[in-house]
Amino acid sequence: MSFYVIQFLNGLTTAASLFLVASGLSLIFGVTRIVNFAHGSFYMLGAYIAWSLVGRAGGGALGFWAGVLGAALIVGVVGAAIEIVLLRRIYQAPELFQLLATFGVVLVVQDVALWLWGSEDLLGPRAPGLKGAVEILDGRLPEYNLLMIALGPALLGLLWLLFHRTRWGTLVRAATEDREMVAALGVDQRLLFTSVFFLGSFLAGLGGALQLPRDAANLHMDLNIIADVFVVVVVGGMGSVAGAFLAAVLIGELHAFGIVLFPKITLVLVFLVMAVVLVVRPYGLLGTPPAHPRATGAGIEPVIRPAPRALALLGLAVLAILVAVPLVAGPYAVAMLTEIAILVLFAASLHFMMGPGGMASFGHAAYFGVGAYGVALVMKSFAAPMLPALAAAPLAAGLAGIVFGWFCVRLSGVYLAMLTLAFAQICWSVAFQWVAVTGGDNGLLGVWPAEWAKDRTVFYYLALILCTAGVLLLRRVIYAPFGYALRAGRDSPLRAEAIGINVMAVQWGGFAFAALFAGLAGGLFALFKGSVFPTYLAISKSVDALLMVLLGGVQTISGPIIGAALLAGLEEQLIRATAYWRVVLGLVIIGLVLAFPQGIAGFIAAQWERRSPGREAARVT
Amino acid sequence: MTVLAVRNLAKSFGGVQAVAEVSFDLSAGQLLAMIGPNGAGKTTCFNLLNGQLQPDSGSVQFAGRALVGLKPRRIWRLGVGRTFQITATFASMTVRENVQMALLSHHRRLAALWPRAAALHAADAVALLAELGMEDQAERACSVLAYGDLKRVELAVALAHGPRLLLMDEPTAGMAPAERIQLMELTARIARERGIAVLFTEHDMDVVFAHADRIIVLNRGRLIAEGPPAAVREDPQVREVYLGSGATFGARAG
Repeated sequence: MSFYVIQFLNGLTTAASLFLVASGLSLIFGVTRIVNFAHGSFYMLGAYIAWSLVGRAGGGALGFWAGVLGAALIVGVVGAAIEIVLLRRIYQAPELFQLLATFGVVLVVQDVALWLWGSEDLLGPRAPGLKGAVEILDGRLPEYNLLMIALGPALLGLLWLLFHRTRWGTLVRAATEDREMVAALGVDQRLLFTSVFFLGSFLAGLGGALQLPRDAANLHMDLNIIADVFVVVVVGGMGSVAGAFLAAVLIGELHAFGIVLFPKITLVLVFLVMAVVLVVRPYGLLGTPPAHPRATGAGIEPVIRPAPRALALLGLAVLAILVAVPLVAGPYAVAMLTEIAILVLFAASLHFMMGPGGMASFGHAAYFGVGAYGVALVMKSFAAPMLPALAAAPLAAGLAGIVFGWFCVRLSGVYLAMLTLAFAQICWSVAFQWVAVTGGDNGLLGVWPAEWAKDRTVFYYLALILCTAGVLLLRRVIYAPFGYALRAGRDSPLRAEAIGINVMAVQWGGFAFAALFAGLAGGLFALFKGSVFPTYLAISKSVDALLMVLLGGVQTISGPIIGAALLAGLEEQLIRATAYWRVVLGLVIIGLVLAFPQGIAGFIAAQWERRSPGREAARVT
Repeated sequence: MTVLAVRNLAKSFGGVQAVAEVSFDLSAGQLLAMIGPNGAGKTTCFNLLNGQLQPDSGSVQFAGRALVGLKPRRIWRLGVGRTFQITATFASMTVRENVQMALLSHHRRLAALWPRAAALHAADAVALLAELGMEDQAERACSVLAYGDLKRVELAVALAHGPRLLLMDEPTAGMAPAERIQLMELTARIARERGIAVLFTEHDMDVVFAHADRIIVLNRGRLIAEGPPAAVREDPQVREVYLGSGATFGARAG
């Protein structure tokens, strides 16, 4: 009995810490509509800065709490500064570009933290006066945990007072419901947004600082917490602080009891709950559907026309060069080009979903990884030859796409993206925890191509043929009736249904089709590397795909090809050149977002149109 | 011949009776205008007919088939075209492609993965656009069209699958007066040529009285008058609803 009570209280402790971070994220999303990936970085910064401040202040209680509060304030200022310098410039850009920019911030913060505090875990001091533990029904609970448990509801109360008793809070609630109307009423949006960012970042920083006595500050804190916090925010309902509290308690308890009751599937459990909640209540427990969707004019997609002759010729020329490369270049170049070819197919498959399909995915790595594990498992379990095993990759991924897609197409926008993330995390958890089959963290090794394809050049040609064929097929389908039906559902679901199109069914098909090609890319990648690991399914892999598509330009069909080639090449070179490659990559991403809010290919296409009059609003491909 | 038969249609939202006991008939080739002050229940009535909403009671018969309970896309397949109050077109496609989408859907070819969509049913689409005087606009993107032209695109899309009934929710809202008359003349001509029954709501009484064969008047969800334009114009109840009873100002003036 006492064990369960203690577990319950531990769950509440986790919940309090999740709530601190999640309430800030929810607040920021509600008002600015930005999905802030960097929120985990604010949390991490809070912990590190608190470590430095508390260490300098000595061991007293005053020093400790001043340090914690000071860290939160500094993080709040950092958040506000990021809003002013970066995000303010791109509120007009498509939603996902803001996400991309905040991911750039994640990379930069990671390296700044590495540079300032080093790669060692930093153990923080315990809170003065709260070092002991209390006895509860024969069990022991650290005193500090009691403080955290009390902090959750206290913070919820304070936020409630802030939102319901102050003018500023009323404005925040109004902006969450209808920010155009708030702007039309003459409220200074810039001040409102910056202050919301300050408060949101402050809360994240406070969460991080308060975590210090319980956990060492480390460089993985940011991405570790962001997945959980996304879940909390989405389950609670984006923009709802009370919902975030409810969801934080739910997820906190799930963590606490999941370990006891279902030790084998603890990681899956959280995301499973999220998937169920989203299917039953698509806008979260206490969330409401966006009240007044208005046409902003920013979201109008350009017409897709057949590629101009020049582009087709350019494509052929590039292909000819790619075929000729192994004759002149060394094995390193061939290996790099193999990887780029695979990533181009991966990016093109995501583009198919996001561009024509209008379904943004934060979890496209799921299908890449399922394809990779598909090949590996078929080869290992049935000792299958390479080609049949490779065929299993798109089939397995397509099947996953059919199952996950069935749920996902019931939602739209950010909620759909979050559900794709949940499914990807479920896949990742399975790969990570089901050690008997997947090898867990150690992965599956020795997934090599057949004897005839072992030669790096031969495998390069195999990958080039399959990836080129895949990309061309995806392109072809975009121009075919099915691709048009997808775009119809994206442009105007109302009109599409009114001319007999079953939008959900079409989207479901598009989802599974995209998954199929991501699976093929994953299968090839497994053979190329000779092994598969859970990282193939990780968030960072999904973000890679997003980066490639968005940097290239989601509105153009050539965009993902350019994006994938650029990003893969850039990352590779940076990692070789410097230990601080993340900060460079992050700054490059931020720079590209600021310079080309339409993506690189989108920018080129716009320039092309300016010089060829008569093609108004058309977009060359 | 009766194309649409509506009987005792009713729908309430909470305590508000939005549509109550509405019945009317509509024949082939006829233009029926549904008018009424704001909040009379016109849009609700429309959404009950096109499947967007389900009625609490009552029946809708289209060419002898019951429509109640069917999804909008099923109703479309039976031969009912629609235009929306706020235009809904595919902005990333050209005018011609918008019409082609309706044709592709009608011929059930949307699942095709290989053929080039732009080449399928292109001639039919262009012919229809020519009939509406829009052949010059065929290759333009819908996102750059003037609002009046978008309304015509809507009409073209709605006509593409050869419907027997056309439901038009405020077809001329947001258009210039000259354009309104033009669009309704065009609609009336096509409806008569092809024997299409047209039900439309409209706020512009010039348009209504110039083109409707019959008019039904809704007020607070109830049908208060029905008949040819001349009779409806003289109906005292309709005058009261639209102009007020005259009791307030009339007394002082007298």
